[in-house]
Amino acid sequence: MNLYTAKGIGNEPAKEPAPAAPPPEPLYSARKKIFPKRVEGRFRRFKWLVMAVTLAIYYLTPWIRWDRGPFAPDQAVLIDLAHRRFYFFFIEIWPQEFFFVAGLLVMAGFGLFLVTSAVGRAWCGYTCPQTVWVDLFMAVERFIEGDRNAQMKLDAAPWSGEKVWKRVSKHATWLAIAVATGGAWIFYFADAPSLAFDFVTGQANYVAYSTVATLTATTYVLGGLMREQVCIYMCPWPRIQGAMLDDNSLVVTYNDWRGEPRGKHVKKSAAAEVSVGDCVDCNACVAVCPMGIDIRDGQQMACITCALCIDACDNVMDKLGKPRGLIAYGTLNEYQSNMALATDNGRSAIDPARVRKADGSFIDAVRHFDWTIILRPRTILYMSVWTAVGLGLLFALLGRDRLEMNVLHDRNPQFVLESDGSIRNGYTIRLLNMIPERRTIMLSMEDLPEASMKVSPVSERPDRVFAIPVDPDQATTLKVFVTLPKNAIVAPTEGFTFIAEDRASGERSVYRATFNSPGAK
Amino acid sequence: MADKHIDDISGVETTGHEWDGIRELNNPLPRWWLWTFYATIVWAIGYVIVYPAIPMLKDATRGVINYSSRAELTKEVASAKAAQGALAQKIAASSMDQILADPQLTQFATAAGAAAFKVNCVPCHGSGAAGGAGYPNLNDNDWLWGGSAEAIHQTIAHGIRSSDDPETRLSEMPAFAEILKPDQIRQVAAYVISLTDKPHNPALVEPGKQVFADNCASCHGENAQGNREFGAPNLADAIWLRVHGEDEIAKQVQAPKHGVMPAWQARLGETTVKELAVYVHSLGGGE
Repeated sequence: MNLYTAKGIGNEPAKEPAPAAPPPEPLYSARKKIFPKRVEGRFRRFKWLVMAVTLAIYYLTPWIRWDRGPFAPDQAVLIDLAHRRFYFFFIEIWPQEFFFVAGLLVMAGFGLFLVTSAVGRAWCGYTCPQTVWVDLFMAVERFIEGDRNAQMKLDAAPWSGEKVWKRVSKHATWLAIAVATGGAWIFYFADAPSLAFDFVTGQANYVAYSTVATLTATTYVLGGLMREQVCIYMCPWPRIQGAMLDDNSLVVTYNDWRGEPRGKHVKKSAAAEVSVGDCVDCNACVAVCPMGIDIRDGQQMACITCALCIDACDNVMDKLGKPRGLIAYGTLNEYQSNMALATDNGRSAIDPARVRKADGSFIDAVRHFDWTIILRPRTILYMSVWTAVGLGLLFALLGRDRLEMNVLHDRNPQFVLESDGSIRNGYTIRLLNMIPERRTIMLSMEDLPEASMKVSPVSERPDRVFAIPVDPDQATTLKVFVTLPKNAIVAPTEGFTFIAEDRASGERSVYRATFNSPGAK
Repeated sequence: MADKHIDDISGVETTGHEWDGIRELNNPLPRWWLWTFYATIVWAIGYVIVYPAIPMLKDATRGVINYSSRAELTKEVASAKAAQGALAQKIAASSMDQILADPQLTQFATAAGAAAFKVNCVPCHGSGAAGGAGYPNLNDNDWLWGGSAEAIHQTIAHGIRSSDDPETRLSEMPAFAEILKPDQIRQVAAYVISLTDKPHNPALVEPGKQVFADNCASCHGENAQGNREFGAPNLADAIWLRVHGEDEIAKQVQAPKHGVMPAWQARLGETTVKELAVYVHSLGGGE
């Protein structure tokens, strides 16, 4: 259905009398096979580039090395589930710092809002893994089976040696790509070179094999077999992204204000002095569409805006010597304004003569795409939220502590009476040394001058400080006892401070603790 | 279904059921759905054969692989025990001092002892080991029979006044109701309570001191500081296990009550007793 013409200023008055009611569409229809034709052009070149970059990032990232010293892995990007660590180049994240990941997801969300409101479903058309892998699988298919016509012929042909050979080699290549895809995934979770060796020699954990098997299956089935079905029936993004488009969002648009009435017999029509549009009904846009749709039906849910139809149509327009852009990225606003021109504000059917000068060029009133439309309150708002979250994360990252102290006050018993009448409290202290280096942390207390402190098995230094050696990138748990003599006990609850500091780096973590007692008697 | 009814619009046979003029189409089930359904039946039959499934009067069918979740648990516990085996053996073979000198053994024994304490000791000593009237607090530094790791181990292994262990710690305070006059008992109670500055009758303290020196000092010591040889409590410190105030002390002197602790060596084994000793020693009062 053409949403633009249905909603817009379009053709309603000019519509022909309603034809007889079409047969009711069945709720389920079998999948129509799609054989997209090869196409050349600027968007196709851009898509090749995006594919190369995204695949390179995916396959190569786990192999990048990053020296962190002897106490941490040397893999640049590593999700170490066993030790609850996430490494990303110079950043190391502990589980309690997971909000960084949450923040990145918020940024990804707003990034998607921003991109969608500005340039439409660019995510779907260029960078979505489904799109990238389907594109790759189609390239393999064309390489083995030939282009659209050869594929259709092969599909219709009876089984023969050649057909079997082509089909087997196509599916084998797809499976090989699928295995590589699943294989690359596991390298993000363990040291890539040693896991690769273990994997090939059959020594890896069964989780590795089952993960690869699952991802191989999903890649092969979703990318090779289901393809556009995934986008149309399985994916929630098209619905969400569709809801985020507005009148100024860029979408792939068939400009029927200059294309209609379409016809194959341009010369004949010209001879008959009938005004015809630029569309020669060559079906090039339909043949190249990986989703199997006709963009001339208007903007539709199945369109992932990969822009290959723009390339196809531009090539045809070039051959015909007509200006490019019969199918183009455009906004609903421009389209409707131009449509109003072509239909005399909806009073007649489309007449391309209304938008053309005598020499065939467009009249000045025709609106063309204006890049400044990308800067509008909505996109600026998304941009600022996105930037604010990003800056917030950046500051949090730069200012975060690499030394932390957690203190747990014993609750059972809350205090212990010693034989000389003094009162003892117990604390469990965890020192988190969040850098891959050994350190000595100075642990001391303040504000209860008469209290004595005991940290088993470390002995106290003369300056009432305990020097605690902590392992690299580890949490060290200590049992700490604080004792207050009988005559120093005043209130049932006294506050004091634990201080943990690394005197070499100046890092310091402070905890305000309480001391419980039965109170003065 | 003698009279087949065909739906006009779709040309599909209906089930013949009609509700307010609406008939249900009798479309065949999708094939993939049907095969999945059959597969679940096949799976269920296989499951019944392989695993325990059908309940009988007393038991259930065993299944050909003889699976039981209890056996799984036993296996898991055994493998966990095996994983701890090396450290547990090392603990069994080491003396208390050797265990405390090895940080890894100490850490393991403390954790294991904490678990064993929760199962075996909590009913009397409390979940925080803080004890109660008649049951010593194990967190403090007041020890009846000694607070070194070795002494704690001895107490746990052989118990206190345990009837079934010949090596148990044994001592009984005599019932002084038969030995001392009631006056003397009141005097000695006043003296004992005076040692910790509690409210008392000062007139009784001086004669009480003499009674104490004659009758009590042999076990509780001249300054009432106690004697761990006999498990005689320190009467001059802040901690009272059982009694509070002059009257209760007098009652205890007349007819003393004695705590009993079972011997655990035979029940828990050498390793667990050592682990318990390390744990108790770690609570803060260990010497």
